[in-house]
Amino acid sequence: MNKRFLHSILFFLLFTATLFAQRIEVCTSCKISTIIQAVEKAEPFDTIIVKKAVYKEYNIGITKPLTIIGEGNPVIDGDNKGEIITIESDNVTIEGLTIVNVGTSYTTDFAAIRVVKSENFLIINNTLERLFFGIYLEKSNHGKVLDNTIKGDAVNEYNSGNGIQLWYCNNVEVTNNRIRNVRDGIYLEFSDQIEIKNNKSSNNLRYGLHFMFSNNDTYTNNLFEDNGAGVAVMFSKFIKMYDNVFRKNWGTASFGLLLKEINDSEIKGNIFEENTVGINIEGSNRIEYSNNDFKSNGWAVKVRGACYANTFTKNNFLYNSFDISYNSKINDNVFDKNYWSNYTGYDLNKNGIGDVPYRPVKLFSYIVNRTPETIILLRSLFIDIIDFSEKVSPVFTPDNLMDNNPLLKPIRYDRDR
Amino acid sequence: MLKILKYSFFDLMRSRWSYVYFLFYLLLGVVLLFLNNDLSKAVITLMNVIIVLVPLIGTIFGVMYYYNSKEFTELLLAQPVKRSSIFLGQYFGVALSLSMSLIIGLGLPFVFYGIFNSGAIWDFSLLLVTGAFLTLIFTALAFVIALANENKIKGFGYAILLWLFMAVIYDGVFLMSLVYFEEYPLDKFSLVATMLNPVDLSRVLILLKLDISALLGYTGAVFQKFFGTSVGFILSSLMLTLWVIVPTYFIQRMAKRKDF
Repeated sequence: MNKRFLHSILFFLLFTATLFAQRIEVCTSCKISTIIQAVEKAEPFDTIIVKKAVYKEYNIGITKPLTIIGEGNPVIDGDNKGEIITIESDNVTIEGLTIVNVGTSYTTDFAAIRVVKSENFLIINNTLERLFFGIYLEKSNHGKVLDNTIKGDAVNEYNSGNGIQLWYCNNVEVTNNRIRNVRDGIYLEFSDQIEIKNNKSSNNLRYGLHFMFSNNDTYTNNLFEDNGAGVAVMFSKFIKMYDNVFRKNWGTASFGLLLKEINDSEIKGNIFEENTVGINIEGSNRIEYSNNDFKSNGWAVKVRGACYANTFTKNNFLYNSFDISYNSKINDNVFDKNYWSNYTGYDLNKNGIGDVPYRPVKLFSYIVNRTPETIILLRSLFIDIIDFSEKVSPVFTPDNLMDNNPLLKPIRYDRDR
Repeated sequence: MLKILKYSFFDLMRSRWSYVYFLFYLLLGVVLLFLNNDLSKAVITLMNVIIVLVPLIGTIFGVMYYYNSKEFTELLLAQPVKRSSIFLGQYFGVALSLSMSLIIGLGLPFVFYGIFNSGAIWDFSLLLVTGAFLTLIFTALAFVIALANENKIKGFGYAILLWLFMAVIYDGVFLMSLVYFEEYPLDKFSLVATMLNPVDLSRVLILLKLDISALLGYTGAVFQKFFGTSVGFILSSLMLTLWVIVPTYFIQRMAKRKDF
């Protein structure tokens, strides 16, 4: 009863708040012609409508719950002077603004929109261009970042910022954003319970998505393309990576997905296509890889060391130059029921599973690990011969590393893409 | 020269061997496509076949043709025809008919399978062009060997040895030297060593299309420049052309000096 009463009071308060909320319009010919003025004049829970124009403003500090809505794509031009919008209040909504020319600094991380120690924020449908940092969330929880377009002009790593950065944030949803040409597309540090969905992160200088010390996060259905080094997940636990696409990350230090010190995570239903290295694994334990497609990568999976109790089941390995590469003779990972396009065995009892185990690690990949220049001999007849002899009697590669039940046909998943 | 070329060409076109060769490639293409149901994988398999088989057939066929038509060649030599045009005509006749069998034999099944509507068209045409180049190179080398050796058996032996060396042994020695000298900077050496073997050269040319993502994994400015830009493609194509021109020049020179 008490709880119900409390609820009704809360509802009433909210209702009255919205009822008495005022609309403040900002345009060049209005009484209020700048956003800073409007924010100063506004009472909590007011709505500020920004009409179409170019506003030369920066350091807009929002310290009360406000809704700022841009109508007809108004542009806020920061003139490279500093930060544009700083939110230091709960329940703030920013919608439909175009923010350009954020200042670049070597000492302060200027952002187009910064949220500091706030809850229930909503940043939706904004366009950010020519920026340093895009959306910077700092110790803020329970918010949403939706449908934003972030387009940077980053050239060097040291003087560029990240598209969306989360620092000590919990329970934030990042959905449907398009991010390109910044340093890291999305960057998470010490952030837990974050959901990252349907984003497109491409042509970024460093990583499309970057995790550091962040646990229990989920990212699904994102597209990471043409990034400097792909996606990096480091020093994190309990991460769920579902149905993402990692494409065309080419280069010497480029990976579709880089895993370093990751434990107890799931990687399911992802597509790794045309990367130099599909997944690079280092010091990662108890990770479940299943239903992924590895297609036309240089190395589908590169295992560097200290990786234990990982399982690879029901993945498709299609036309990779190397399927798996190991740099040691010890193997504690399980490969089972995968499809390998390089498999040459047979299936006499016709149960769809090859009768001869498949050895995904070739002698040549061991040689290339040792002497990288030998990569130029890839697909040579001589290499095929020595690979064959190694297959018959393994000397250099882990002899227990094999798929005992290689599938004869690629697995077809129902992907609604 | 053109007349002799025409004669050799049509002579070969009528011969059984061209048909066998043509049918072999036709069958190969059909079976590959039938079994794989996937163009890009078929192209990879085909690459292995072309790189090994085309040089072999080129050398054997070239040597065989030279020895078989020796009597006719001697007859021609009695006529007022330039020596170089006789041998070059024969050489181009053999090489062209072989390349034609290859291109049509492999091309037909792929065309019917719908290569024109697929993304693999460039890989595939590169494959055919490389195959044609390899035919030209190895037939020329075969003629050089045949011109240098009167003895048939010896000629065949050298031809087979040449193929074995280029296709297998060379790579073995190459690999051993790379592993042995791994402490030293090797990227320039490995590129040069690749250029010196037409089989490796055409393999790298195709790799540039198929496995570029793996090739870019190596850290090294020279490799980066070679594989990352069009430099690699242009340089390898130039080297392949050079590999055709040099043996052809030798055919001409040896033909001029040889006693019959």
